[in-house]
Order: sequence, then structure tokens, then C-alpha cells
Amino acid sequence: MSNHQTTDVDIPEAGDRGGIGMAVGDYFSRVKGGDVGSLPAVLGLVVLFLLFTALKPDTFFSFFNFANLLNQSAAIIVLAMGLVFVLLLGEIDLSAGFTAGTAAAVLAVALSNWGLAWPLALLVGLLTGTVIGLFIGSLVARLGIPSFVVTLAMFLALQGVMLLIIGEGGTIRLRSDVLLAIMNQNMPLWAGWLMWALVIGGYLLVSWRAIAGRRKAGLRSTATSVWIAKVLSLAVLLGVLVFVLNQQRQIVRPGKESCPSVGEAPVGCIPVIEGVPWAVLVVLVLVVGLTFVLGRTPFGRHVYAVGGNAEASRRAGINVKMIKIYCFMIGSTLAAVAGVLLASRDNSVSPTTGGAQTLLFAVGAAVIGGTSLFGGKGKVMDAVVGGLVIAVIANGLPLITQQSGIQFVVTGFVLLVAAGVDAISRKRASAT
Amino acid sequence: MTADSPILELKGINKSFGAVHVLHDVDLTVMPGQVTALVGDNGAGKSTLIKGIAGIYSFDSGDYFFEGKRAQVHDPKDANALGIEVVYQDLALCDNLDVVHNMFLGREETKAGTLDEIDMEKRATDTLKGLSVRTLKSVRQQVSSLSGGQRQTVAIARAVLWNSKMVILDEPTAALGVAQTEQVLNLVRRLADNGLGVILISHNMNDVMQVADSVACLYLGQMAAQVQISEVDHSSIVELITMGRSGDIGIQLDDALTGDVA
Ligand SMILES: Nc1ncnc2c1ncn2[C@@H]1O[C@H](COP(=O)(O)OP(=O)(O)OP(=O)(O)O)[C@@H](O)[C@H]1O
Ligand SMILES: [Mg+2]
Repeated sequence: MSNHQTTDVDIPEAGDRGGIGMAVGDYFSRVKGGDVGSLPAVLGLVVLFLLFTALKPDTFFSFFNFANLLNQSAAIIVLAMGLVFVLLLGEIDLSAGFTAGTAAAVLAVALSNWGLAWPLALLVGLLTGTVIGLFIGSLVARLGIPSFVVTLAMFLALQGVMLLIIGEGGTIRLRSDVLLAIMNQNMPLWAGWLMWALVIGGYLLVSWRAIAGRRKAGLRSTATSVWIAKVLSLAVLLGVLVFVLNQQRQIVRPGKESCPSVGEAPVGCIPVIEGVPWAVLVVLVLVVGLTFVLGRTPFGRHVYAVGGNAEASRRAGINVKMIKIYCFMIGSTLAAVAGVLLASRDNSVSPTTGGAQTLLFAVGAAVIGGTSLFGGKGKVMDAVVGGLVIAVIANGLPLITQQSGIQFVVTGFVLLVAAGVDAISRKRASAT
Repeated sequence: MTADSPILELKGINKSFGAVHVLHDVDLTVMPGQVTALVGDNGAGKSTLIKGIAGIYSFDSGDYFFEGKRAQVHDPKDANALGIEVVYQDLALCDNLDVVHNMFLGREETKAGTLDEIDMEKRATDTLKGLSVRTLKSVRQQVSSLSGGQRQTVAIARAVLWNSKMVILDEPTAALGVAQTEQVLNLVRRLADNGLGVILISHNMNDVMQVADSVACLYLGQMAAQVQISEVDHSSIVELITMGRSGDIGIQLDDALTGDVA
């Protein structure tokens, strides 16, 4: 009885996508669909970098400052990574900064008062974060209290907890050489290159296997030219990074010499500071691991689904409440990692650790990087790109002007621009 | 299972919400390979009936036979296990995910704990091809970039992905324009032609006349009549919906008066 046209099916046929031009075209069609990704942030980063270099070629653009910049951004980036998980759900965690501080305080106390070995103390510190996340997540998911309110309450309460642990006005030294090394020591030069080789090799292998698998299955896959371009640009970018960080960054003034790496150091020599900071490795491991979780596992897929449409996810059989709780737990655990980095950088923990603009910078980093405040859109890499933008502003502006007021205004303005891009692209998407 | 034995048979279904008696001794028969339209005025009990079939509510009394066997359905998972899928009126899709991700939402294929994108994409493509869907540019398109009709198509394709035997559609064309309504109705027809039992809820008589094989009409919670589409015309369905009877089919006047409808 039915005689409907069962003509050719217009589902794309197998074969490779045509070259780099097509990849660029694909990107623009995604932008039209409301997904600008982190390209604006990357461009912003390049522009800011060039701007500060042009204005302050000798101070901003120095090997020393370059490493300093990465160290400055590490804690913000890790905090922002945790916020990406929370923001993906369309929720917010205002207490992440003080979660970092509280975890750091517990870690410092565990090291100096309880005398725990550093791995054990670290574990206790990170678990502190996990438990805080479990608490926040349960209140949000089970009781349905808006996360804004729950985490605002925690923002206050955790400040109090830190004061109780540390004592008014006190500080606790971080007594662990290993943990202090994260922000104060550098990898041996060869280890930097080994890290480079592992990352590039791993990326090469994984991405090629994915492409080959799709081709074998007769599905469309990335063109070889695009793949080569991607691998090469990653190799060059990371290579330049490692190369620059492996240079001696203490400036050796004429008449002085740098200390030899072996043997006795002559009096008045300039100590050698070179190598990739350990913090970079921490960030790198987290980026790879968390990107895998979000992109390649059912859990990650469900995080995006819940952020996109919670009711649809529930009907599809996803345990929405558990996903929310897990995301808050991941977010707060990463905040605890950020707390370790902050403590390592300051060599100690005080009641202001994780306070001031720490949280706002981290939220800003995630949003500037391209993570949507409306949920459902964002990547772990956004935190890295956005965190670097924030760090470049925080690092470059003081070289130009001594007024810290200007720095706040500029950072706030950049955040507004990023949130504006997010809102506009979202509007564009719903209009089509 | 033969084509002339019902895939779903409900007998004497009753359902109350507190003091409100919504469904009265409702019978319904759905044949495989046929589209059974479920019509009725607002509040007649259509959604309540299909939610009971889908396991969102349990019926208070009555018999539920699926493929000739008595079935216990108290949970949406029970219905899924039988092979029943529902396409809800408010689409249950995630805008921020692509077509493949949406079709496998909550039931992702994995290999060694990681998503098996290749397998999922192949199965999604095959399913869409099997339904002769011609309007999607790519199965890797984000759902946010699809039109209303394309979204409905994805939702329906998702329902048939799981070797389902019966698909229930609650007003699938309510929000669509003429051309897209046509597309979706074609798709509904193809589901039945592929051997599935289909229940289609609709307020649009043109749609019903065009695509249905049989029509079941609820009137104030009673099954006024279930008849072959060939036995009725447009105006008699409207009469069944508004008055519960049309000529000698439907609830006869004295029945209606003695029933506890009033
Ligand atoms: N959860 C509930 N609690 C109490 N009464 C309910 C509930 N759900 C439905 N009803 C009542 O049952 C009756 C039938 O509702 P139902 O939603 O099944 O109608 P319908 O035929 O789907 O109508 P429509 O065409 O408007 O969608 C209505 O009078 C409604 O008020
Ligand atoms: Mg209804």
C-alpha cells in the first residue's frame, strides 16, 4: 500500500574527507552551529603574547619569564579543569578556591603535625577534596538545592574550616621536598625530551589507529594530510616549548659565569636554572587523562548528555544524579590538586591560600577557553588555553603599569568578552 | 509469530489517579506490520494509556498480552526488554551531541571500557538507511543543527535501533510543517512496512487517514471503538472523538448513560 520513494540514501559514502580545505570548512560549519571552540582564546593568546613582547621585549619575552608564566598558570589551569566538569553540567562551584585551600591545609597538617609520609599525606589532602565534592554534589543532586547557593555557603564555611585548621593569621610550612619540587624544581633536560617523545609518539599512534579503524570499517575519516598537519604542529609546538624551557634562564651578566653542573662551583657564579618545570608534567598528565575520560568513555558522554538535556538523559536511562555527584567529586578533587600546587609554590599554607581572585581566575579561564556557562559544551583543553590567557594578562600587565586596578579591569573585561561570545554563539545556534 | 496474531493485546484495562477514574475497561489490539492510530479528545486518556503500556504507570487492573504471552510491565525497562520503544512528544534528544551519540544515548557500545564509535556509527547509518532516511547530511552532525522533522527522524530511528518490535509515537507531527509532516509520516509508514507494530497518537485526522491501518478511539476514558480505517471516513472519526459514537459503531447511547462516565 505504501509506495514511497526509496531512492538513494543521502548518508555520506565511505572515503576520506578531502584535505585541509575541507577541515577548515568543517570548522566554520561548526561555528555556525554555535560551537566556536577555543579558537578565539588561542588567537587572543597569540595577540596578547605578541603585544606584550612588542611593548616589553626584554622583560616579558625572556626565558625566565616564560617558565615563570607557566608556573603562575598551573594552579589556575588545574582548578579550571575541575570547573569544566561542573560547568559542563550547567552548574557552578564557587567554593573550588577554598576547597583547594582546605585540602592544602589538611595536607600541610598531615605532613607536619601527624608526621605522615608525603604520599599518604597527599592522598589525605586529595581525599579531603573528594569528600567536599561528594557533600556538595549530594546536596545539589539529591536535595535539588541550586549549586550556586550550596557552593556559596561552602565558600564561607570552608574559609572558616581553614582558619580553624591553620589558626588566625598563621601559616603552616609544607614539609615535603617532593611536593615542594613540583613548583620549584625542573625536570632534567633529557626527561623533558622524553616527555616530548612520549606525547608525540602516543598521539601519533592513537590518532592513526582511530583513522585506520574508520577506514577499515568504510567510514569517513580524517584525510591523511590533515592528520599529518595536526601531528606536525603538535610536535613543533611542544618541541619549541621543551626547547625554550631547557635553556638556562638565569641571565649571566658579563664578567660572571654560570656554575658548572658537576664539580666545584666557583665563588659568585650564576646558578643554572633550566629544564621543564615539574608542574608542566602534572598539568600534561591531567590533560591527557581527563580528555580521555570526557571524550572516550560512556561516563564522559553522559556528562555531556546531562549538561545538554537532563530530562532526555533521564529517559535514556542515565543516572543523572550520580553523574552530577561524580562531576562535583572530580571538580573538588582537582581543586585539591590545585591546592597542592598553590602550597608548593608558596612553600606554605595560609588562610588566604586559594582565596582572593583564585576562583574567579579559574572560572574565567574555563569560560575564556570556550567552556559554556550554559552546560553541555567544553573541553579539558579549554582550561589550559584560558588559564594561559589569564596568566599572560596577570604576568604582562604589571610590566606595563604598576596599577593593579587596571589588571582587574582588563581581566574582568576579557571574561565578559568570553562570556559574550559564549552567549551569542548559543543564540545563533538556537536561531538556526 | 504470524502477521495475523496481535503483537499487543490489552483487555479490560482500568486506571485511576486517586479518585479520578481515567481508563474504564479499555481494550486495545495492535497488529504487527500495521499502524494503529490512537485518537480522542484532550483528556480522553491517550497519554495515560500509552504510559501504562510503556511502564511509566502500572494499570490497576486488566490483562496485558505481548506477542500472545501475558506480560508484567511495571517499569520502562520492562517495556524496553519486551521490545517496546516510545517516541515522546517533547523530543528526548540532546542538542549538544551528534546524531550517533543521541541514537545510542544511555546504551553506548563499548570496547574495553571505551566508546566504540566505529561500531555505533555503522549501526546508526545502517538503521537510517533501512528507514530510507534521505535528509541527514551526516550522522556526525550535531542535533542542534537539525530541523524539527530531522530531529523527529532521529528520535524515531533511535526507537528502532534496538530491534524493537513495537514503537509508540505520541503526536510526532504536532510541531511540524507540511513537508516535514509528510517526511515523518512516510517514516512511520515504513516502520510498519518493516513489520513493527506502531501506535500513533494524533489529533490530525488527515494524518490518521493517510497512514493508519486501524483506528482506536478513546472517549472519556472508554474505548469507543477500534475499527479498520477502511470502515470509517473522516467525519465518522470526528463523531467518534466528539460523541463517542457514529452510526452503529461506538458507545451506544444507553451504554453511555448507564456507564460511570457522567
Ligand atoms: N498524574 C495524574 N494525576 C491525576 N490525573 C491525571 C494524571 N494524569 C492524567 N490525569 C487525568 O487523566 C485524564 C486523561 O489524561 P491524558 O493525559 O491521558 O489525556 P490525553 O488523551 O493524552 O489528552 P491530550 O490529547 O490533551 O494529550 C485527564 O482528565 C487528566 O486530568
Ligand atoms: Mg496526551
